[in-house]
Amino acid sequence: MPYSLDQVLIVMPAKNEEAVVGNTVAEVKNVLPEATVLVISDGSTDRTAERARTAGADVLELPINLGVGGAMRLGFRYAHLHGFPVMVQLDSDGQHNPANVPGLVNLLDAANVAIGARFAGVGEYKVRGPRMWAMRALSTTLSLATGTRLTDTTSGFKAHDSTAISLYKDDFPAEYLGDTIEALVIGHRGGLKFTQLAVEMRERAGGVPSQNAWKSTKYLGRAFAALGLALIRPGAKNSR
Amino acid sequence: MNGMPLISYIFSIAAAVLVLAVVLTLLLKKRLRERHALWWLIIGVLALIAAIFPRVLENTAQMLGILLPISLVFFVGIIVLFIASVQHSAELTDLEEKARTLAEQHALLEKRLRDLEHAPFYKDEDDAGASSDDCDQ
Ligand SMILES: Nc1nc2c(ncn2[C@@H]2O[C@H](COP(=O)(O)OP(=O)(O)OP(=O)(O)O)[C@@H](O)[C@H]2O)c(=O)[nH]1
Ligand SMILES: [Mg+2]
Repeated sequence: MPYSLDQVLIVMPAKNEEAVVGNTVAEVKNVLPEATVLVISDGSTDRTAERARTAGADVLELPINLGVGGAMRLGFRYAHLHGFPVMVQLDSDGQHNPANVPGLVNLLDAANVAIGARFAGVGEYKVRGPRMWAMRALSTTLSLATGTRLTDTTSGFKAHDSTAISLYKDDFPAEYLGDTIEALVIGHRGGLKFTQLAVEMRERAGGVPSQNAWKSTKYLGRAFAALGLALIRPGAKNSR
Repeated sequence: MNGMPLISYIFSIAAAVLVLAVVLTLLLKKRLRERHALWWLIIGVLALIAAIFPRVLENTAQMLGILLPISLVFFVGIIVLFIASVQHSAELTDLEEKARTLAEQHALLEKRLRDLEHAPFYKDEDDAGASSDDCDQ
C-alpha cells in the first residue's frame, strides 16, 4: 500500500441527502476509521450538513449550489490546503462501497487517478436507454483519447494522488458532467495517468436521485457536447 | 428631405434621442457601467446620425450595393445586438466563476469559524494554555 489510510481525505458531495448522508458517513467511518471524511453540502436546503456533522464528518457548506464539479474543486482545494496526499471522491447516497477505497488507493502507486468502474463485470448496477448508450459511447471515445481502457467514465467514485489534486484544484469544471468527462480530458492533457478498478454499485440507500427520465434523455446530448468541447478546447498550460 | 414625410423624420430622430437619453441617464445615475453602455451608445449615435441625415444612410447603402437602405439599418442593428449579447454571456461566465470562488471561500471560512467556536480554548479563555494545541484542523 503506497499510502496509509490516515493520509486519505474522503470527499462526499451531497445535495439534499439528509435521508442517507448520516448512515453513509457512519459506514465510511466504520470501515475506514483512520480516514478523514469531508462532506460538501452543496446549497442543500435540508439538514444534510447537520446530519453529516452529527455522524462525525467534517462539513463544508456551500451557500449556493455549484454542482458536483463545483463541490469537488472545493474538495481538491481542501485536500491541498490541509496537505492530504490522497483524495477519494465518494457518493453520499451510499451507492459506493467504502470497502473498495483501499483497493482504489493501492492503484495510486502506478497511476494518478483510479476510477471505481461500474460496468467492469462486478455487480449488477444497470442503467438503460439513452443514458446507457451515452455512457458506452463516452467510454469508448475516452478510452481511445486517454489510451487506457476505461469502462465507466461517468463514475463518481475516484481516488486522486497529489499530482492530480494540484492539477484539479485550479481547473475542475463546474459544468454538468464536467466533473467526469471533461475532468478526464483535462487530466489527460495535464499528463495524469488513469486506471480503473471494477467495483460493485449498490442501489441508493434512500432520498431522491438527481436523475429522472427527462434528465436522462438530455444527458445524451449534453454528454457529447461536453466531450466535444473538452476535446477541441485548447489545452491548459500544465507543464508541472 | 427627399420625399420622406416630416412626421417620420421627426419620429426617427425622437427614437434615436430617446435611446441616447435612456442610456445616458442610466450612466449618470451609475445604474450602468461605461463598458456595458458602450454598445448601446454606439447604437444610439448611429441611429441619430441616420435619423438626422437620411442621405448618409442612403449613400452608405448605395456604396455597399444594398438596394434598400432600411436593410442596412437592420443589418447593423443585428450585428451590434449580437456582439453585445455575446459579450454579456462572456461576462456572465466570468461572474459565475467569481461567485464560485466566493462560495468556496465562504464555505472554508464558515468551517474555520465553526471549528474555532467549538475549540475548547476559545470558549474558556482562562483555560487557553491547557488545550491550545487543538487548533490545526
Ligand atoms: N455537490 C453536489 N452534489 C450533488 C449534486 N447533485 C447530486 N449530488 C451528489 O452526487 C452524488 C451522486 O448523485 P446521484 O443523484 O446519486 O446520481 P447518480 O449516482 O449518478 O445516479 P443514481 O444511480 O440515480 O443514484 C450524490 O452523493 C449526490 O448527493 C449537486 O448539485 N451538487
Ligand atoms: Mg447515486
